[in-house]
Amino acid sequence: MTTFLSVVVLLPIAALVFSSGDQGWHQFWSVATGPEAVASLKLTLGAAVAVSLINAVVGTITAWVLVRDDFAGKSLMNAVIDLPFALPTIVGGLTLLTLYGPRSPIGIDIAFTRTAILLALLFETLPFVVRTVQPVLLELDREAEEAARSLGAPESRVFRSIVLPNILPGILSGVALGFARAVGEIGAIVLISGNVPFKTEVSAVFVFNHIQSGDQNGASAVALVMLAIAFVLLLAIGGVRFLATRHERDA
Amino acid sequence: MRRLGLRGIAVFYLLAVLLGPLTMVFYRAFERGLTPLWSSLSDPNTVHAFVLTLKITAIAVPINAVFGVVCALAIVRRRFPGAGIVNAIVDLPLALSPVVVGLMLFLLYGRTGWFGSWLEAHGIQVLFATPSMVIATIFVSLPFVAREVVPTLRELGDEQEQAAHTLGASSWQTFWRVTLPSIRWAVIYGVVLTTARCLGEYGAVAVVSGHIEGKTETATLRVQDYYENFNLTGAYGIAIVLAAISVVVLVAMTLLKPKEGV
Repeated sequence: MTTFLSVVVLLPIAALVFSSGDQGWHQFWSVATGPEAVASLKLTLGAAVAVSLINAVVGTITAWVLVRDDFAGKSLMNAVIDLPFALPTIVGGLTLLTLYGPRSPIGIDIAFTRTAILLALLFETLPFVVRTVQPVLLELDREAEEAARSLGAPESRVFRSIVLPNILPGILSGVALGFARAVGEIGAIVLISGNVPFKTEVSAVFVFNHIQSGDQNGASAVALVMLAIAFVLLLAIGGVRFLATRHERDA
Repeated sequence: MRRLGLRGIAVFYLLAVLLGPLTMVFYRAFERGLTPLWSSLSDPNTVHAFVLTLKITAIAVPINAVFGVVCALAIVRRRFPGAGIVNAIVDLPLALSPVVVGLMLFLLYGRTGWFGSWLEAHGIQVLFATPSMVIATIFVSLPFVAREVVPTLRELGDEQEQAAHTLGASSWQTFWRVTLPSIRWAVIYGVVLTTARCLGEYGAVAVVSGHIEGKTETATLRVQDYYENFNLTGAYGIAIVLAAISVVVLVAMTLLKPKEGV
C-alpha cells in the first residue's frame, strides 16, 4: 500500500517540487510573481473567497430547508443536490453556457466574463456546505432551542446562540472543501470563461496554457503555489475536524 | 413566513445554478431533431472517445477499490506512526487541482522528465497515450473508496474481528467473512463515486493526453473538441449522454445511502 501511494502520489509531487527547485528558487520566485501569474492567482483566490461566502450562506439555508422544512418535492431536491459531484465538470460548464451564454433564452449572456467563472464555481461547489451541515442539523437536539424560545429569545438569538455554534464546524469544513475545489477547478471554467490572460484566466488554466506552450517553468511555479494552497487547506480541514470532535474525545 | 422565504431562496438557487441549465442542455441537444444528434454521436472518433473513457474507468476503478479498502484498514485498524500522514495524502487529490496532477505526470514521464529518457530508450510511450491517462485518472479518483470506508470501519469497531480471531480465523478469513460483509455498502458507495469521477475526469487527462482525435481523446475532451469546432449539437449530445450516466449514478447513490450504517 505504501509503495502504491508513493508511486502514484508522492513521486509526482516530488517531481513537481524538485523541477521547481532545479530552476533555482530565485528563478522560481520571479516566475511565480510575474504579472500574468499574479493576475491569475489573484483572480482564482478572489473567486474562491466569493464562492466560499455565498456557499456558507446559501449552503446553510439549503441544509436548513432540507432538515426543518417540509414540502412536496423535498426528497427530489435532496437527491439533486449531489448532481454536481456526479456530473463531469466539462458538462457542468457547457450546461451553464446554454442558459447563460450567447444564445441564452432568458437574455442573460455572461460568457467570457468573471461572473461566468463565479457561476461555474458555484455550480461545482454547491453540495459541499449542504452535505457537511445537513447531518449536524439532523442530530441537533431541538430541546435547547425550545427552551430558549420559551424563555423569550427571538429567532435570531436562538440561531446565533444555539444553532450556529453547533453547525459552525460543518460550515467551515464545507467551505474549506469548496474553496479547495474552486482554486483547482478547470473543467467547468474552460468553456465559459474565454481564458483571457489578465482578465479571465484562472490559475489552473494558466498552468494548462503554459504546459501547452512548452513553458514548464512557468507552469511549475504556479502549480507549486497551488500545491501549497491545497496542503494548507487540508491542514485547516483537519484542524476544524479536530476541534469539532474535541468534546467527543474528552467524554 | 420566514420558512417560506428560506425555502424560496433554496429552491430558486438550485433552479438558477443547477436545474435550469441542465434542462436547457437537454433542450438544445434535441432542438434540431434526432438526425444531427445521432450522426455526431455515431461519429467513429466519438465512439472511440466513449470506448477509451470506459476502458480507463474499467482499469482505474478496481485498482482504487482495492487500494481504498486496504488504505482504510491501515488508517483505522493499525495505529502506526504516520497513519495521519497516510490519511492526509489520501485526501490530497480532493484538494489539488487536476491540472497540477497532470503537470506532475508530465514532469515525470515527459521527454525531459525523470523517466522520460529511459522510457524513450525502451520504446514505451506513457505520455500522450493511455498509460498516463490511466495513472492520472487513478490519482484524481484515489480518495473516494477510502473516505467512505474509514467512517464505517470506525463505527463498526473491531470486537467481531477479534472474536473471529480468538476462534482461530486467519486474518484473511476474518477479512472475507467478517470485515468485508459489514463494509460492503460503503465500498459499493465509494465505487459508485469513483466511477463517476473517472468517467468525468477532464483536467488531468487534458494535460497528459495530448488531445489526439481518435487516439487519446476521452468523452469529456470530445465535448470540448466539438464545442471549439462549432459542432454544438455534437457537444450537447455527448454532454447529455454523460449527464444521463450521472443521473444513473445519482439514483444509485440515493438508493445506497440509507443502507449505510445499517
